[in-house]
Amino acid sequence: MQADHRPQDGAAPVLSLRGIVKSFPGVRALDGVQLDLYPGQVTALIGENGAGKSTIVKVLTGIYQPDEGQILVDGQPATFPTAQAAGRAGVTAIHQETVLFDELTVAENIFIGHAPRNRWGLIDRRAMRDRVGAILRDIGSDLSPTARLRDLGIASRHMVAIARALSIDARVVIMDEPTAALSHKEIQELYALVETLKRQNKAILFISHKFDEIFRIADRWTVFRDGQFVGQGLMRDATEAGLVQMMVGRAVDQIYPKRPARIGEPILTVAGYCHPTEFEDITFTLRQGEILGFYGLVGAGRSELMQALFGITRPSKGACKIDGKVRVIRSTAEAVDAGIVYVPEDRGRQGAVKGLPIFQNVTLPSLQRTGRGGFLRLAEEFALAREYTQRLDLRAASLDQDVGLLSGGNQQKVVIAKWLATRPRVIILDEPTKGIDIGSKAAVHDFMSELAAEGLSIIMVSSEIPEVLGMSDRVIVMREGRIAAECSGREMTPENLVRAAAGIGLTKGEAA
Amino acid sequence: MTPTGRHIPDHLTSPAARALKSWEALLAVVAVAIFILNSMASPYFLDPWNLSDATFNFTEKAMIAFAMAMLIVAGEIDLSVGAIVALASTAMGMAMTAGAGTPLLVAVGLATGLACGAFNGVLVARFGLPSIVVTIGTMSLFRGISYIVLGDGAFTGYPPGFAWFGQGYVVWVITVELVIFTLSALVFGILLHRTSFGRTVQAVGNNATAARFSGIRVDRVRFILFLLTGLMSGIAAICLTSRLGSTRPSIAQGFELEVVTIVVLGGVSILGGSGTIPGVVLAALVMGLVTFGLGLLNVPGIVMSIVVGGLLIGVIAIPRLWTMSRSR
Repeated sequence: MQADHRPQDGAAPVLSLRGIVKSFPGVRALDGVQLDLYPGQVTALIGENGAGKSTIVKVLTGIYQPDEGQILVDGQPATFPTAQAAGRAGVTAIHQETVLFDELTVAENIFIGHAPRNRWGLIDRRAMRDRVGAILRDIGSDLSPTARLRDLGIASRHMVAIARALSIDARVVIMDEPTAALSHKEIQELYALVETLKRQNKAILFISHKFDEIFRIADRWTVFRDGQFVGQGLMRDATEAGLVQMMVGRAVDQIYPKRPARIGEPILTVAGYCHPTEFEDITFTLRQGEILGFYGLVGAGRSELMQALFGITRPSKGACKIDGKVRVIRSTAEAVDAGIVYVPEDRGRQGAVKGLPIFQNVTLPSLQRTGRGGFLRLAEEFALAREYTQRLDLRAASLDQDVGLLSGGNQQKVVIAKWLATRPRVIILDEPTKGIDIGSKAAVHDFMSELAAEGLSIIMVSSEIPEVLGMSDRVIVMREGRIAAECSGREMTPENLVRAAAGIGLTKGEAA
Repeated sequence: MTPTGRHIPDHLTSPAARALKSWEALLAVVAVAIFILNSMASPYFLDPWNLSDATFNFTEKAMIAFAMAMLIVAGEIDLSVGAIVALASTAMGMAMTAGAGTPLLVAVGLATGLACGAFNGVLVARFGLPSIVVTIGTMSLFRGISYIVLGDGAFTGYPPGFAWFGQGYVVWVITVELVIFTLSALVFGILLHRTSFGRTVQAVGNNATAARFSGIRVDRVRFILFLLTGLMSGIAAICLTSRLGSTRPSIAQGFELEVVTIVVLGGVSILGGSGTIPGVVLAALVMGLVTFGLGLLNVPGIVMSIVVGGLLIGVIAIPRLWTMSRSR
């Protein structure tokens, strides 16, 4: 179908979602949301991490099937049972990490899966090159169709992804944080491209955390919160404060069992930590019994910083002191020795060692203590594992059970038990409650509070504002690898966190 | 928090009950069955001296297989073991020509094995290269050096004392090699199943990333395992050279595949993470009995390798087919 097939008609959406519900075990990712995309207009989808933005993209592109609700294309009900069906309906997505093929050329990437054929059924290279040339000219790109993708930078890759979207005559283009990895100049080029797409009457769904760019290029807005639709409207009627308010929404109430803990001497001091690509000039202090929250958008460098503290990667500069003594941490073993332990976000790969039984997971870093002279002592292992798993109220059939058979929340408990058994000074929890059910979540929060009261120092990385505010004594907000703000006491408000994370500046003092 | 959580038992099934249903139990049954078949097929089989001879079919390979089993449990592999044997044997031959006595020859054999293992280990653990690629490379490299040194020739004329390792008996029909085999089985069995190091090996094989995130020095574990494999290859080189009394560059050709066959037959997951030394011991016995039995029946070598290949595939495939048919 031609790009200018339909006359400009601002009133009728190309694509609408109505009452979309999508549940996963233990979590309702989308709870009756709606969304309208209009031809020749940019609709910004706004929401915190976990609001359901990624899920809706997957519903739109046929990767997830909604449990309930309707997809309307030109007002007619449609289903996208596969990614191909979504593609045929003219929906295409340009992802945060675009899926492209390094070893293929620009032209091959653009036409992969739908290359023009000649009469022998073989790929018609000349037609492909001509059409790619035309598309690239359209979007004002000077890329060579025969360039290999692996030689291109991120911005050029985005161009290729966009050209690919145009090559299948897309009517709806989804851009999921397209500017996250781009330089200032490249972002300007992207804006120009979005204008081109608008002129070609494409409907654009633009997902972004950056308010400046939303106000710069969007025509309409839609806000999601916790998988629910909050509202939609025209950008020209919107204010930044109003949108932030809608994103954050609810009051942060007392469901968080944070007890006042006696905060003591500094335990961990990090000074000028730098990493060539992930973070820069990180300086902070963690005190005994304190829960220090780290908030920020996905990709702000929080996990990377924590993994450097845990010895997974090494900082290029900076020093780390524990109990006033400088410790050089070059491996996870050295981190554990120094008393720093880390509960990772990526539980599948980095969490419990699936295939090993529960008790062996718990005792893995403590074998020196449970064993003697390098030999194992099973009785001691079972005793240690029992002590800590019971403390965490683990639900399991036996301690000899493969940890991979446990639910996500219980696997998380095994990982935490493993670290508590090493009697650490500092425990870093990276998104400790992400994707676990409400009951386990409350148990984890309760337990954190108790550990802090016992004098353990805790760093909690979280993208959930209520959790950060409810559990932390103090919050550090990171943005693009740097500390954007540090809030404590009255400054700890949802608005301040969102503003600092998005780079808008705080309402009361403390700017980036 | 006070220990409020509910009580979780240590085991649901007792370790003894589990052992009965294990792979090792199946292998033991297979070994006994082949033993009985052999004794019925040939009247010479049950002769103690014949049986003693039969152990040479597996002792040298099995020594390497114990170390290889730990390496494969850790998710790595070493295909250069045959070439390490060749290089170690060549080094001993050179030392012998230079006038070295038996103790020095043994030291040269062990040192060469360790050096080769360290070379593999550094490439894999330090530079993060995949072990299968590294050891295919060093397989050619190590044996290539042997060929350069020896050409068409051979080292012969090892000192009489040196013959003890491959030709000596400790008591009656018990060979020195059989004793070394038994001792290494014990040492590796204890190392894998009774020490902290063995536990970390299993953790690394199950999920190296998660192991690293549990404070394990994954690279160090890998390096030590390559070192051990090199050392055991050196010991095997001493036994084999002593038994043959000569070194040719083609010595121990194809060892790597037979060693890996024993390990896999022993129930060690080729994907890493699980496996036992008793399983490998039984697998070595099964392999030895099969080849010896076929030898007594004058079955030619080609047919023998077909039988061994069939045995391997059959033993691996049958349990898989069994679970597939049950899950349907």
